[in-house]
Amino acid sequence: MIEIENITKRYDKQTVVNDVSMVVEPRTIAAIVGTSGSGKTTLLRMINRLVEPTSGTIKLDGVDNHSLPDYELRRSIGYAIQGHGLFPHRTVAQNIATVPLLLGWDRERIDERVDELLKLFQLDPADFGPRYPHELSGGQQQRVGVARALAAKPNVLLMDEPFGALDPIIRTKAQEDLLAIQKHFGTTIILVTHDMEEAVHLGHKIAVMDGGKLVQYARPAEILAKPASSFVETLVGSSERPFRLLSLGRVGDAVEKGSAEGEAIPADASQRDALAELLWTGKPALPVKDTDGKALGRVTVDGLVKLAARPA
Amino acid sequence: MKVFLPAALRIVLLVLLVAFIVYPGWFEPLFKPLTENNAPAIYNQGSLLSLTLQHLGTVAVATIAAIVVAISLAILVTRPFGAEFLPLSRSLVNIGQTFPPVAVLALAVPAVGFGEKPTLIALFLYGLLPIFENALTGLTTLPANVVEAARGAGMTNRQKLLRVELPLSLPVILAGIRLSVVISLATATIGSTVAAKTLGEVIIAGLISNNLAFVVQGGLIVAGLAVFIYDGLMALERVAARRMGQTVS
Repeated sequence: MIEIENITKRYDKQTVVNDVSMVVEPRTIAAIVGTSGSGKTTLLRMINRLVEPTSGTIKLDGVDNHSLPDYELRRSIGYAIQGHGLFPHRTVAQNIATVPLLLGWDRERIDERVDELLKLFQLDPADFGPRYPHELSGGQQQRVGVARALAAKPNVLLMDEPFGALDPIIRTKAQEDLLAIQKHFGTTIILVTHDMEEAVHLGHKIAVMDGGKLVQYARPAEILAKPASSFVETLVGSSERPFRLLSLGRVGDAVEKGSAEGEAIPADASQRDALAELLWTGKPALPVKDTDGKALGRVTVDGLVKLAARPA
Repeated sequence: MKVFLPAALRIVLLVLLVAFIVYPGWFEPLFKPLTENNAPAIYNQGSLLSLTLQHLGTVAVATIAAIVVAISLAILVTRPFGAEFLPLSRSLVNIGQTFPPVAVLALAVPAVGFGEKPTLIALFLYGLLPIFENALTGLTTLPANVVEAARGAGMTNRQKLLRVELPLSLPVILAGIRLSVVISLATATIGSTVAAKTLGEVIIAGLISNNLAFVVQGGLIVAGLAVFIYDGLMALERVAARRMGQTVS
């Protein structure tokens, strides 16, 4: 759990983060969204004390983050940044081993952990471990960057625009990987992004920042349905709203009784993808199957359109 | 063929250089035409081998001292607490460079006497600037997100310096050392004017007795040493840079 209490950061007379309070529940993802200069990155960097706050406190699992020397605190918190920041003079395996090495783990345990993480990120340890970062593709570098951040099994992972430098296809894949890994380790993640789409997709809760202030902190559905200000509304994008709302729901929750012709849609696909499939195939309804391939019913355009309407 | 030819050329030249230093007598016929009045064609007032070793020793001592001081200085002024000293240290090192080595020798002799010491002082002062400037460039142009990642991973300032900043600046620092060594190799010859044992002795003996053969011998050995050391350090730099995916032109 991360408790941010009345945090303020001023540089000279300029207030970058203004009296922000929020709580991130354990094992959830909080996405901080805002335009550049909104203070979102500064807020993130105050959690691992790369920036020292002017006033206010931040508690991690109930412990003030000033109760440790800053470097020890940072070793206990994962940190992944845009453009990965891998050490170019160290191999992939050495990069991932950075924090465990600082913590003084023994060789065997480090090697085991590096192998485990590389496999988890679908990189063959024997092939990729000895390579240097410049020998990897952008997507692979980004995965190694996240693997390095997770190496010492931190409870908290901070991510600053981690997917910013990736092309759209690799980006989607990286987001899926992150969700899977978050589930696997149960890590609490705070992710800074300027992309509302990404925030809605990844965040259990979304914090919208503007001019150093926390404008709204709520679940994605609520942000979409009841934006707290016109700024939030603009950020959500009114033409995208219904589709973003649908992207939050699973097809399994929109199943109706009956049957339909055509290729079945898996129940764990998003409702948005289902609607897209319906519109594209020109059919009013398609069958739905669960992961075992068992038919569950059907999903209809009319049903989805109702779900896309503004919640009361 | 492309790789083979330069390598073969280097080996042949190296063998020639070593042979000449160890057995200069073999090359007497080559130098005979440069002498007049039956003067000796090969330097006969000492062993070329021991002069070469002393020459290299002097350069090594001065360069190592310059490396230690210049890099420490560069580290100091790139830390937050030392930033104020950046302009001062820059001008100090620049002064070292604007002083002609001969003038340093002339000033140093009354203070420390004749021999090795004034030469070491001149070479040391002369070697500082290239190393300092390059170390400074290396340490101030590191990729920001890499340094940020080092801090974010929980490295202390010392760990960040030793594990990330210095290794990353290594190719640039090596380039500075290379320049410094080559300058020192050449400059060390004038140390012989104040009785330092260097290859300058051979050149000066030639100038005094109007023996062109001596001058050419001394000059050739110094030039040969400079070429090989330059070449070797360049290769080292390339290795350091290639690991990071950079290329050295």
